[in-house]
Amino acid sequence: MSATFIGMPGSFPKNAEKAVQNSQLRFNLRKATHTIRGKRASVVGELPDWQELRAAGKAIKDHTLRNLDRYLIQMEEAVTRAGGTVHWARDAAEANRIVAGLVKATGETEVVKVKSMATQEINLNDALAAEGITAYETDLAELIVQLGDDFPSHILVPAIHRNRSEIREIFLDKMPKVPENLTDDPPALAEAARLHLRERFLKSKVAISGANFMVAETGTLVVLESEGNGRMCLTLPRTLISVVGIEKLLPSWRDLEVFLQLLPRSSTGERMNPYTSMWTGAVEGQDFHLVLLDNGRTDVLADEVGRQALRCIRCSACLNVCPVYERAGGHAYGSVYPGPIGAILTPQLRGMGSDLDASLPYASSLCGACYEVCPVAIDIPEVLVDLRAKAPHAAAERAGMKVAGWIFNDHKRLAKAQRAATKLRKLVPKRLPGPLSAWTDTRDIPEIPDESFRDWWERTRRSERSE
Amino acid sequence: MSARDEILARIGKAVAGAQDVEIPREYRTTQQVEDLVGLFAERVDDYRAIVHVLPAAEVPAKIDELLTGRRMIRPGGDGWEDLNTADGVVTTCAVAIAETGTIVLDHGPGQGTRAQTLVPDYHLCVVRADQIVSCVPEAIARLDPARPLTWISGPSATSDIELNRVEGVHGPRTLEVVIST
Repeated sequence: MSATFIGMPGSFPKNAEKAVQNSQLRFNLRKATHTIRGKRASVVGELPDWQELRAAGKAIKDHTLRNLDRYLIQMEEAVTRAGGTVHWARDAAEANRIVAGLVKATGETEVVKVKSMATQEINLNDALAAEGITAYETDLAELIVQLGDDFPSHILVPAIHRNRSEIREIFLDKMPKVPENLTDDPPALAEAARLHLRERFLKSKVAISGANFMVAETGTLVVLESEGNGRMCLTLPRTLISVVGIEKLLPSWRDLEVFLQLLPRSSTGERMNPYTSMWTGAVEGQDFHLVLLDNGRTDVLADEVGRQALRCIRCSACLNVCPVYERAGGHAYGSVYPGPIGAILTPQLRGMGSDLDASLPYASSLCGACYEVCPVAIDIPEVLVDLRAKAPHAAAERAGMKVAGWIFNDHKRLAKAQRAATKLRKLVPKRLPGPLSAWTDTRDIPEIPDESFRDWWERTRRSERSE
Repeated sequence: MSARDEILARIGKAVAGAQDVEIPREYRTTQQVEDLVGLFAERVDDYRAIVHVLPAAEVPAKIDELLTGRRMIRPGGDGWEDLNTADGVVTTCAVAIAETGTIVLDHGPGQGTRAQTLVPDYHLCVVRADQIVSCVPEAIARLDPARPLTWISGPSATSDIELNRVEGVHGPRTLEVVIST
């Protein structure tokens, strides 16, 4: 993929405006989000102790974040003891440099990859390409996205914006040795991917993964998946490099008993995902490297309200219940993290320097559905509101708010302003001019009553008294 | 300053003065299940795996029947050695979880390497009734994190195309489980 999310132009409202015109996209998204939503609700309903698990998950993450330095050191010691090598990366560039260096040291120019949000966030594939290394995505959805020269649009099912006929076209167009009579039947498409990747799995010498969890006490890494492509990458190549965000840590082995219940049920709506791999250091003769990634996470940690976003276990339950995501789709968020969690995580990780990132805290109706389903109880609406206060505001908006503040601060001034408004109500146009038209394009201007409430109260109370 | 020291320093500064958090563990760590074997078999079947429940004495004959005509890898024994041309693999397991229908391999004796249970298209796993625990916390307590672990819940599957579940992408398309009682 040559294009990159980083520095993507536009703003959420502009991107969303285009996306909502796409009826195919809206149909795909509606079907997908409602299907997973239903499955999730039914398997979560099976557990009478869901709220207790959720409370434990939240507290384990908060405790880890509070003591993150101590647990990271413990993790490093455990991995090293088990024969692995630990690297630390301050930012995306440093992480990419480390990974490229490790791949080069093996003499290989091709690597296979397990689906990983962290490596997408740092745009690793492009960085490797610049060093002459080709990275092959092996998750079916990531493969569709990569072959289609596209962006992922969902955390869990990144190609959810594509339907079967589009996927067939992409395969016919980009996959060498694809069966000529390939149909758009999902089993046939999955089979084509199986054949396409089988040889690559068997001959690849280097693999790159992320991790869903890492356990400080034991140095164990954990990857959850469905297809087996993850297991192929994790077990067959000679060298394994895992790039993991520092917030993915859990203190103790026992803590997995909480998260292995919370994650599959929240994410795919299954009691358990088909495959989970756990390994500690270098196993079965492999070389193992762990790259611990900061890339803005310590800035998020420093924010008292916003740091709860680091509890996120990337289950994507919040995407599937969000009325905004369901209509706008994942691309509108301009980040590898779409949906409600993306709306709070992205502007914190990247800062709010671009129009896009400054607009993300507004990409929400604040309905609170995301908070309800979050398995680690991230109060996304609370963070959104906090970020809105911190977001840069245009000079005209700041001036307007200043005037409004001045008027609202004094009841006499407010009464005068209201009377002025009723006198001028005939002059208010249906659509506002200039930049203000952005508001009236999608909304009616509220009608101004011919008498303000204050005046009405004064008049009717006076007449009551005189009776 | 090294990246390590800088990241650790940033963390120290970021959380300075923040309150620590007690972890409430009021969730269930065990469950009363009347029929562990029955629940496990039902949940495995839910993933469209094939399940047989048999008395221990009948298991060897069943395995022979299932393996007839297949070029099988038998971990630790004589069998088909080339992963990519093998038809299947037969293994035991370390623990099984009734509530989630999960089999856990720790790749000890009789369980092969991680790749052996992955590359061939057919996996036959023999589970002893006394290896079945009720729920995830019980399984975690029994497992050794120093070993590589593979948790298997049904055959390989994908839902990436319009969320239609398709069995078998890269891992075994058929998972057959024999529960020995």
